[in-house]
Amino acid sequence: MSLFQAFIAIIRRDLLLAFRRRAEMMNPLFFFIIVVSLFPLGVGAQPHLLQTIAPGIIWVSALLAAMLSLDGLFRSDFDDGSLEQILLSPHPTSVLILGKIFAHWLVTGLPLILVAPLLAEFLGMPGDALWVLIKTLLLGTPVLSLIGAIGVALTVGLRRGGMILSLLVLPLYVPVLIFASNAVEMASGGLAVDAQMNILAAILCLALVLAPLPASAALKMSMS
Amino acid sequence: MSQLGKQEILLTAKALCCIRDDRILFDDLNFDVRAEQVLLLEGKNGSGKTSLLRILCGFREPDAGEVFWCGQTLNNQYYAQMMYVGHQDGVKHELTVKENLLMTLALGIPGKCSIEQALQKVHLQGYDDVLVQSLSAGQKRRLSLARLLITDNKLWILDEPFTSLDKYGIDIVETLMAEHVNQGGLIVMTSHHDVNLSEINTLQINLS
Repeated sequence: MSLFQAFIAIIRRDLLLAFRRRAEMMNPLFFFIIVVSLFPLGVGAQPHLLQTIAPGIIWVSALLAAMLSLDGLFRSDFDDGSLEQILLSPHPTSVLILGKIFAHWLVTGLPLILVAPLLAEFLGMPGDALWVLIKTLLLGTPVLSLIGAIGVALTVGLRRGGMILSLLVLPLYVPVLIFASNAVEMASGGLAVDAQMNILAAILCLALVLAPLPASAALKMSMS
Repeated sequence: MSQLGKQEILLTAKALCCIRDDRILFDDLNFDVRAEQVLLLEGKNGSGKTSLLRILCGFREPDAGEVFWCGQTLNNQYYAQMMYVGHQDGVKHELTVKENLLMTLALGIPGKCSIEQALQKVHLQGYDDVLVQSLSAGQKRRLSLARLLITDNKLWILDEPFTSLDKYGIDIVETLMAEHVNQGGLIVMTSHHDVNLSEINTLQINLS
């Protein structure tokens, strides 16, 4: 079948699998909600302080939640041999991997974006900043999945790759974190955020084109 | 024409060497497998049978030597014409039998058999909408072997295809293998069981 059909079939399969294991798939979302709600408890009743650090809190929590969900990207396929079948397909592996990453983002990234406004309200973020927050999450979370895919492809062959994965991937998340939380912070102060948005969009384009290639190469390495 | 066509299909290994943890598993291994031939790899546990199959699949780089398909190094054309069934079944437990086979079709090129025909051949008819997790080990094995039938392929690479199959299942698989070879296919396989392929041109390589 054509490459496009294979791409769609991979996305459909992964969404179907996520639906059949939905309990497992909700974990990153609950993690995100709980981490964000820990901050008011730890910081105490200081609404102004919480309002100031809200962009950082939400973005760091989103980052950790995304990282927590990464291991599921290739683990089960690696364990049951489906990954071998995907790598043996005559279609370019990087495109098939991109399909897997997209499905993974739909299942783990998109729910974060949907629940973020609630948490922003909870931390007292002003209305203008809320829209900017959603836009940064829309541009930023796919990057987290794309970059994370490289890390998880490198570590999927290791039995206890979790810690190494975070050491590999978290430093690479720093640019996204800086520009995204800065944009939300500026927006709370009523300033223009076009520059940050453009940079985030550029990072996303770059990651879309460049991440699937090393990810598929790393998966082939993990196979041997 | 058919004679020529048959001659062109050829899996060649040239001076293959595989080293694992400073131990030479095999060195200077050469073979040709042509259409209508079966290559049966024998040897003790740990003698490198699976490593050789993984080299043929391209999962592992040989430490020396090269594998050729129809005179060329392994390329997309090769991957379009080969199917691999390994130790792991390669099926998703949370999907139904049919959903699993549809995925295989999407990844490859549809072949002679429809999904229904293939399920009939491996005696899994009527299991289309059953989740794989409720199949027995032998049924899962037969499902992963059904993948061989629904795609268009020439070369089967089978790693212990008879594992967890009963006597009856082994008969089914042997029939399918004979059918494939008689239609001009190639098989490279390992097996601990005695393979009953008396009327087929079988090469044997003992790795130990």
